[in-house]
Amino acid sequence: MNNIYSVISNEKIAYKTYKMILYGDTSKIKAPGQFINIKIDNEKTFLRRPISICDYDSKTITIIYKVFGEGTKILSTKKMFDDLDILGPLGNGFAINKKAKKQMIIGGGVGIPPLYSVAKKLHEENIEFDVVLGYNSKVDVFFEGMFRALGANVYVTTMDGSCGYKGNVLNVIRSKNLYFDYYYACGPRKMLHALVKEDYTGQLSFEERMGCGFGACMGCSHPTTDDSYKRICKEGPVLESFEVVI
Amino acid sequence: MKLNVELPGMKLDNPIIPASGTFGFGYEFSEFYDINILGTLSFKGTTLEERFGNKTPRIAESTSGMLNAIGLQNPGVDAVISNELVKLKKVFNKKVIANIGGSYEEDYIEAVKRISKSDIVGAIELNISCPNVKEGGLLFGTNKESAAKLTRLIREVTDLPLYVKLSPNVTNIKEIALAVEEAGADAISMINTLVGMRIDLKTGKPVLANTYGGFSGPAIKPVALKMVHEVYSVVNIPIIGMGGIMNAYDVIEMMYAGASAVQVGTANLIDPYACKKIIEDLPRVMKELNINDLKEIVGRAHL
Ligand SMILES: Cc1cc2nc3c(=O)[nH]c(=O)nc-3n(C[C@H](O)[C@H](O)[C@H](O)COP(=O)(O)OP(=O)(O)OC[C@H]3O[C@@H](n4cnc5c(N)ncnc54)[C@H](O)[C@@H]3O)c2cc1C
Ligand SMILES: Cc1cc2nc3c(=O)[nH]c(=O)nc-3n(C[C@H](O)[C@H](O)[C@H](O)COP(=O)(O)O)c2cc1C
Ligand code: FES
Repeated sequence: MNNIYSVISNEKIAYKTYKMILYGDTSKIKAPGQFINIKIDNEKTFLRRPISICDYDSKTITIIYKVFGEGTKILSTKKMFDDLDILGPLGNGFAINKKAKKQMIIGGGVGIPPLYSVAKKLHEENIEFDVVLGYNSKVDVFFEGMFRALGANVYVTTMDGSCGYKGNVLNVIRSKNLYFDYYYACGPRKMLHALVKEDYTGQLSFEERMGCGFGACMGCSHPTTDDSYKRICKEGPVLESFEVVI
Repeated sequence: MKLNVELPGMKLDNPIIPASGTFGFGYEFSEFYDINILGTLSFKGTTLEERFGNKTPRIAESTSGMLNAIGLQNPGVDAVISNELVKLKKVFNKKVIANIGGSYEEDYIEAVKRISKSDIVGAIELNISCPNVKEGGLLFGTNKESAAKLTRLIREVTDLPLYVKLSPNVTNIKEIALAVEEAGADAISMINTLVGMRIDLKTGKPVLANTYGGFSGPAIKPVALKMVHEVYSVVNIPIIGMGGIMNAYDVIEMMYAGASAVQVGTANLIDPYACKKIIEDLPRVMKELNINDLKEIVGRAHL
């Protein structure tokens, strides 16, 4: 669970957005959408930083992260052969629905990375799916080609209209009349809540500030519709749409 | 080399005790290592009724420390006994410390009565110092009369050793320690978290939904050492010292200040193996500092 991973590469792929490949144990990864908790050795960044697993194989993990504050800034300076203390894989991840005929991947900003593994799984299972990716602006766009390479129709939209459609992901789904009977989503909470309000069924991955990332501190409790709660780090980060309290 | 120590009602193989709220109900950590190596453990603050706790964000960060405003989320004493402690018993064969919180005297009394019947509980740790609940909690711990009164009431309803957990958010901690000793406490646990806050520079709003939270971690160690040192100089009951312990050196330092055993809190969240590493490293550090028996170093800073 607690392991040292070596940085293989760490490159900028879009505005403030980096793709890092890590070398280390991946044998415990069970599902797309699980995350890792990275220790950033600096007294200012005392807590670990949770980042989704974007892709993995038998020896490497790929993550994509945006420089947001101090921790991710330090992460962006890591170079080949640097070591990182990582806890993971953590959380439940997405469960692939094998019944729904036409599925949809809906990602916003740095919510997109975990959905790439979902897309790969859907592709492997020969399930038909489309992809809607939302970004702020053209400079933020990443990975659109990676999804296209899996044979999916990819709809890109930006808030300022500088790339693809203009508006948010729901605007595109509505204006293009995109049909689907199941979805997987990750992105800003506003986007996730807007999706839950619609009549679709699916799974959504949420963020909460974390103390531990493995279920010990109750820092990340997220209310659910059965008047109970789930720990985003343990029983989450992925919730079913019917569980989400808006 | 002797690592074993004693607390009222408990003989411990070593002085390392995970602190309440940072170790769940223990069994969560048995995924990481065999928790039987611990001295004992103090489980998540338990209240009479189930509590959902505060809104999120409940966690914030600060240089060498963190803030939490969990709000004593727990399933309530009955569910703790029938579910959590049953799971704990499967992986832990020592007696544990039951950390009990509450808002009113009656809740504390009833929760203590019920938890005292559980055969895995070896001592009660009365949390009169939680900064994150609206009623009660900290209020009991910042006033010597109410602290003593609650201690006395609890003393009457349980035969288990009673440890009272003090808050650092007071002007005179000696006075409160003396008051609970006088009221029948068998030991003192200290310190709980210091109240603090962080503000998001982008929004100008508090980071924690609860606005304020409890500050813990290595940043508070000097405060904890000073308070343990002060209280040791006035009470005759043992002290369980905590606040910012991250490694074996910190354990020795806390014992020098006057602690008979220590609790390790926040360190578990950053590194789930923290207590295991500390226990394994203690003999080496004892050797380095020429210590043969941990019991002999308690309060050395006073000599
Ligand atoms: C399950 C999960 C998966 C995530 N996956 C990704 C990903 O794949 N790519 C990506 O770019 N980001 C991801 N995030 C968000 C990422 O964790 C934050 O951007 C990051 O922690 C910010 O750290 P910082 O030091 O740069 O910011 P600071 O503002 O300096 O961080 C201060 C504290 O707040 C916490 N924090 C700040 N923002 C967030 C947030 N949005 N969510 C949770 N904690 C936060 C930090 O962890 C830290 O404890 C994920 C978050 C979660 C919970
Ligand atoms: C997330 C978190 C939850 C806590 N919950 C409790 C609790 O339920 N009861 C209690 O008495 N103390 C609680 N505490 C306080 C710790 O037990 C301990 O007194 C404090 O954190 C100082 O030690 P540390 O610096 O080693 O963490 C909590 C602390 C943290 C960080
Ligand atoms: S972050 Fe500690 S329980 Fe989820």
